[in-house]
Amino acid sequence: MTADRLKIPASLDAKAKIEHLAKKTIAMARREVDPYVDIPSRTLSNVTFSKRKKIIEMGDATQRRSLFNLNQARKYMQTLLVARGCSQLLDEQKTTSIRDLYYMSKHTLADGKENTFDGQEESDPIIEDLEVTLGALREELHLFAAKRGSVVGPLTLVDAGDVIDLSRMGSGGWSVPGIVEPETIRFVGHGARFILLVEKEAVWARLNEDKFWKRHNCILVTGQGQPPRGVRRLLYRMVHELELPLYVFVDNDPWGYYIHSVVKQGSIGLAFESRRMAVPKARFIGLSSFDPAAYDLSEDVSIRLNDQDRSRAKEILNYEWFKARAWQKEIKNMLSAGVKWELEALSSKGLSFVTEEFLPKKIADRDWI
Amino acid sequence: MAKRVTAETLSRRQREISVSEFFAKNRHLLGFDSLRKALLTTVKEAVDNSLDACEEAGILPEIWVELEAAEGNNRYVVRVTDNGPGIVETQAPRIFGQLLYGSKFHSLKQSRGQQGIGISAAAMYGQLTTGKPVSIVSRTGPRSPAYAMQVVIDTNTNKPKAVGKKKLDDWDLDHGTRVELELEAQYMKGRQSVEEFLHQVAVANPHATLHYRDPHGEETDYVRGVQSNPAAPSEIKPHPHGVELGVLMKMLQSTQHATISQCLSRDFSRVSPQMAVGLAKRAGIDPKARPNTVVRKAADQLYQALNDSATRIRPPSTDCLSPIGVQELLAGLTRGIRAEFYGVETRRPAVYRGNPFQVEVGLAWGGDLPADDLAKVLRFANRVPLQYLAGSCCITKAVMDVSWRNYGLTQSRGALPSGPLIVLVHLASVWVPFSSESKVAVADYDEIRKEIKLAVQTCGRRLGQYVKRKARAKSEARRREVFNLYIEEVVNSVEAITGKDQKLFRDRLLAISRKKTELAGMLEEQEASSDELEACENVLVVDPNAGPPVAEDAEAAAAEHLPPPLPVEAERDPGSQLELV
Repeated sequence: MTADRLKIPASLDAKAKIEHLAKKTIAMARREVDPYVDIPSRTLSNVTFSKRKKIIEMGDATQRRSLFNLNQARKYMQTLLVARGCSQLLDEQKTTSIRDLYYMSKHTLADGKENTFDGQEESDPIIEDLEVTLGALREELHLFAAKRGSVVGPLTLVDAGDVIDLSRMGSGGWSVPGIVEPETIRFVGHGARFILLVEKEAVWARLNEDKFWKRHNCILVTGQGQPPRGVRRLLYRMVHELELPLYVFVDNDPWGYYIHSVVKQGSIGLAFESRRMAVPKARFIGLSSFDPAAYDLSEDVSIRLNDQDRSRAKEILNYEWFKARAWQKEIKNMLSAGVKWELEALSSKGLSFVTEEFLPKKIADRDWI
Repeated sequence: MAKRVTAETLSRRQREISVSEFFAKNRHLLGFDSLRKALLTTVKEAVDNSLDACEEAGILPEIWVELEAAEGNNRYVVRVTDNGPGIVETQAPRIFGQLLYGSKFHSLKQSRGQQGIGISAAAMYGQLTTGKPVSIVSRTGPRSPAYAMQVVIDTNTNKPKAVGKKKLDDWDLDHGTRVELELEAQYMKGRQSVEEFLHQVAVANPHATLHYRDPHGEETDYVRGVQSNPAAPSEIKPHPHGVELGVLMKMLQSTQHATISQCLSRDFSRVSPQMAVGLAKRAGIDPKARPNTVVRKAADQLYQALNDSATRIRPPSTDCLSPIGVQELLAGLTRGIRAEFYGVETRRPAVYRGNPFQVEVGLAWGGDLPADDLAKVLRFANRVPLQYLAGSCCITKAVMDVSWRNYGLTQSRGALPSGPLIVLVHLASVWVPFSSESKVAVADYDEIRKEIKLAVQTCGRRLGQYVKRKARAKSEARRREVFNLYIEEVVNSVEAITGKDQKLFRDRLLAISRKKTELAGMLEEQEASSDELEACENVLVVDPNAGPPVAEDAEAAAAEHLPPPLPVEAERDPGSQLELV
């Protein structure tokens, strides 16, 4: 049996794809073949950086997961359990969180000892496996992650039928739902010149309080750390549909660099999503390892790099999409300085330094990567 | 003449205190340096003597060891009775009452005691600490009556004196000896206890039946598992490479031969008359000189010549050794230790410094042994358990040298392996090289360490096969179970997705599962049967799920909580619950 025969036709809808998977499994058993699923590999070795499209793309490598292999049997079973859960959601026309799906699929096996899943951390990767295997996105499977992230700014949109003016959201902002597809979210109008993604929620709150977005006409977004898929998809849609530039404002450490990188090029684990999430035009506006000197920040507010920071920095130096000279210079400068800086470090120059001086000057100087 | 009187008084007083002083100063050498050890040493010396006597007389040993608390603080009575050949009445006082008297000191022969110091030292210790002499009952045969006596040691002269001699009209045994003495001691169970000693004696001497009663009246019996005595070891002459200068000089002084060359060729093994002449000449001595005229310097030269690398002397013959034996050791292990796997290896004899020696190793694994502790090493020299100084003993070091991880056990760097394991090492030699006079640890000779390591490795490999095979069998059983559990989930999922009953699908998956696991099982059996070829008679596996073996004869029934002896032929009996790997 060839791999082609298992391939799930892209033209089918999600429910039909899951049924296809089930029928193939029955067919394998009929021909006395050990049932298996070929799952596209979500690893560094199976992603390539497209220089033309400037995004991370998934390769063709797959990993076979068989029922009659003791090391794979449990995951094989879990894959079908998740497929069953999604099938049920689709049948019932309901959407639920990935946490709910974990509870839907979790039970104790007939031996009374083993659980189908021992935690959500076991079911989440299986969901991603199923997404790539079926070629169906999470939202197509009627799933969403716990929502995270907030937006505020001169933007009006329709969210599940409600018209919402994001310039009148008070101090908390509008929280970004797990699914932001056009069926749910539609943009109505805006008066913004650019989008600013801030890593830290605290800094986002400071910018909101200072009404930075009002003065500079920007849409202010935070993903509270690494932005979840909902925020990334929203950024993609805003950049493309509203035709706005996107600036990314993160801590000056390897983790901050990588947050920017995921927004810009996509991630290794979700490389199949890059096409509809990555924003190659995203610009890294700070904190650069050259900023503390340029803006005269006190060494007192720097933090010494630890071993993890160093090894992570060296790791990303080798990623294809960090090979640009500006990035190599940026990261090596951080390593040689031996310190990292949090966004909050800017507050040492005064509470509103970041809104009054730092960001306006960076944008005016076009000082970004 | 006051001065001379003083000197005489002094010299007499010196003699008077000499024996007790000897004790005080040499307690550690003799094994009486603590109250606990004194009790153990006394039992040990008596039991060693009994076993040696029985074996020499060709009698299957049966020994009764009884401990009783006596009046007063830290006072105990030790009573050891054997069914040995008995002791001729006139010899008894000297055997029990004179230090350094015995038949063992001058011969090179594998025996338990080597010095002739043991039991008389215990008797003296008892007399010194309690004032009570050692009592003896002995009988040499059914036709001669038993006699009883007490032996008082004259500490002035180191001379024994028999008191209270009498004939006994009736005694339980046709032949045998009972020694009873009271001593200052401390009784404690656990490590380095009398119990542990007897347990280990039982393991290394499967031909002996032991009965033990502790001070609380609790009884333990070890019934013999082998129905014949070990082959009697033969005596050999010293090998030139094994004697030290002092011994060489003593031999030259006391030889019965008239010339140096005769002395060399007849008092030593592996020295031919021509070689003897050559050696004497090389040492600058006239081969025809009388041995007792050789001066220290000449003796030294002779000693050098003997150990010169140019002097080629064949290694000593090794047929003088009497190992425990493979089946015997298995029997000993199974009657003393409740385990699941037993493996035994007997190495061929080897030589260190002119002394023949032979190493035997037994492993016991699994069963009732504690799974989380470090492995226990049971050390034996000429069948005698060594209970002290484990850390500095060559045997312990050799066991630690082995990479136990290769055999599926865990082991920290430079430590004993951990797991439900007992490692028994027996060193048989005409002259066991102890690391100190207290005779509790074997000195570290490369040849000995290497032999021990090789034997342990051979056993370890067999254990490794067993442990791995067992792990495989477990995974096999688990695989079957897991597949069938998962199949149920997979079928339920497919039914839910397709909305149809999938009975056929389930049946097909179960069929594949059966086929898969059967195939894996067959492959394993093939592997197992190839394992079997190597192991066979050196290995014994007891089904861990079988209950304690049921004792059949009345004698064995007495052995209550101990497993009954294992018949030597048991592993070939298909009806037995013992199964060969």
